[in-house]
Amino acid sequence: MRDEKVTKTHNPIEFEQQEWKKRQLKERMKQMLTIASPIFLLLLWEFLSQTNLLDARFFPPPSEIVSTFFTMGVSGELFSHIGISLYRIIAGFFLGVIPGIIIGLLMGLYSPVRHFVSPIVMALMPIPTLALLPIIIILFGIGDFSKVVTIAGSVFFPVVINTTAGVINIDSIYLDVAKNYGASSKDFFIKIAFPGALPVMMEGIQMGQAIALLTIVAAEMMGATSGIGYLIWTSYKAFMLKEMFVGLILISFFGYLFSLILRGLQKKILPWR
Amino acid sequence: MQGDTKISIQNVTKVFYKKNSSVTTLDQISLDISEGEFVCLVGPSGCGKTTLLRILAGLETTSVGEFMIAEGKENRPLQSMVFQERGVIPWLTVEENVAFGLKMRHLPTKQIKERTSYYLKKVGLEKFSSLYPKELSGGMKQRVSIARAFANDPEILLMDEPFAALDEQNKFILQEELLSIWEETKKTVLFITHSIDEALLLSDRILLMSSQPGRIIKEIKNDLPRPRNIEQIRANQQTAGHFLDIWKHLQDEVQKSRK
Repeated sequence: MRDEKVTKTHNPIEFEQQEWKKRQLKERMKQMLTIASPIFLLLLWEFLSQTNLLDARFFPPPSEIVSTFFTMGVSGELFSHIGISLYRIIAGFFLGVIPGIIIGLLMGLYSPVRHFVSPIVMALMPIPTLALLPIIIILFGIGDFSKVVTIAGSVFFPVVINTTAGVINIDSIYLDVAKNYGASSKDFFIKIAFPGALPVMMEGIQMGQAIALLTIVAAEMMGATSGIGYLIWTSYKAFMLKEMFVGLILISFFGYLFSLILRGLQKKILPWR
Repeated sequence: MQGDTKISIQNVTKVFYKKNSSVTTLDQISLDISEGEFVCLVGPSGCGKTTLLRILAGLETTSVGEFMIAEGKENRPLQSMVFQERGVIPWLTVEENVAFGLKMRHLPTKQIKERTSYYLKKVGLEKFSSLYPKELSGGMKQRVSIARAFANDPEILLMDEPFAALDEQNKFILQEELLSIWEETKKTVLFITHSIDEALLLSDRILLMSSQPGRIIKEIKNDLPRPRNIEQIRANQQTAGHFLDIWKHLQDEVQKSRK
């Protein structure tokens, strides 16, 4: 190397330290962007609504929605809606996920089961559970349980399909290893099939979680007397759009929260990925 | 060599059949391997050497013929296989991978711990025992695979090109490590490779295979004194002769399969 080039970087460590700091700064900037984007959207909304570029009757400014949220919160009515919806979502979620995992594992592990069950799954899957709501109401009444069943029905399909796919797609070399080292079918299940299918299964559960939220709102719009969906629907019909937006934002908030929880859980239970 | 036959293979033939066409992968393979012998099976890719190993490993059945692995006195598993690099299970830690065979046999926990840590130390991975395979290099993964097989303490070891995916330096290092562990246990080994150097370094005997149908076409005794290292293999006149001999055979086979 020539002299003039060397003089430019007289201290290599210092130089790399500067570079490292620049990279750190860039990373932090990206994080800031992630945090800033929803805030930016809200500010834009606020501005457009306040200046009447957006019709404030249909799109009330976020600041007013927030104050509506607090008045509704003080009266206590809001929390009973949230509570009942959360109960339905969570109960329905588990009622869909648990059979989904069990049936999915059986379908993945035993090909006769798969051949028998998969046409049924394929035939039922395209029917939106919401379209079945009348039947569900006939069967289970208009109480909580019919909503729980509706959610369970929509959550079940992505979970069962992903679990089956997860088991089938386990690299055959791990099956060979298990066989070669004499794994019993119980050990095979615990050590190979279940953990091997878990990543794809978790994706199905993520999807199920999102679908549960989509379903609850619609299910509560029809044949319900409480819940966030009911709140959104009745507020809309009474043209109380601020109240309606409170409901919409709550749904968005819980969707975000649940996917954060599931993602955190995924990191915990899949440390090997 | 040491006398007692450990593995005996008689007229093993394997045909793969698919919609009106069949491929004879193994054609009447017969061979005996003695107790404590290290045998390398060398052949061009697609010659059925892996199929033969998988048959011995219980992962494939023969179409015709049979094989026997002599059982010892203790309650040992018959065979354990060292798989290719992907054979390390990603959701188990290094330690759990090494203990896998022992756990599957439900040995007492204390014994599992002892043997696992012994072989972890042997392959120099004791510091990495709680890591997952994704954090390991290719060479380290293969050490896990080797430790897993030796820890299981089987009657015979089957190795399916365990070093094929490694870079040159790592390959030499692992080959020598394998030899030093093997010399301690003197297990009977059937080792598959397509590397002539590897076969010359490791084996007591080299079997050459032809492809489609897979037959054993030549047998070479490799009595270079042990312990061996890579330098000796490179310097020794006799092994150089063996190398050329094997190379010529393989070349012929590859040419034939091209036609």
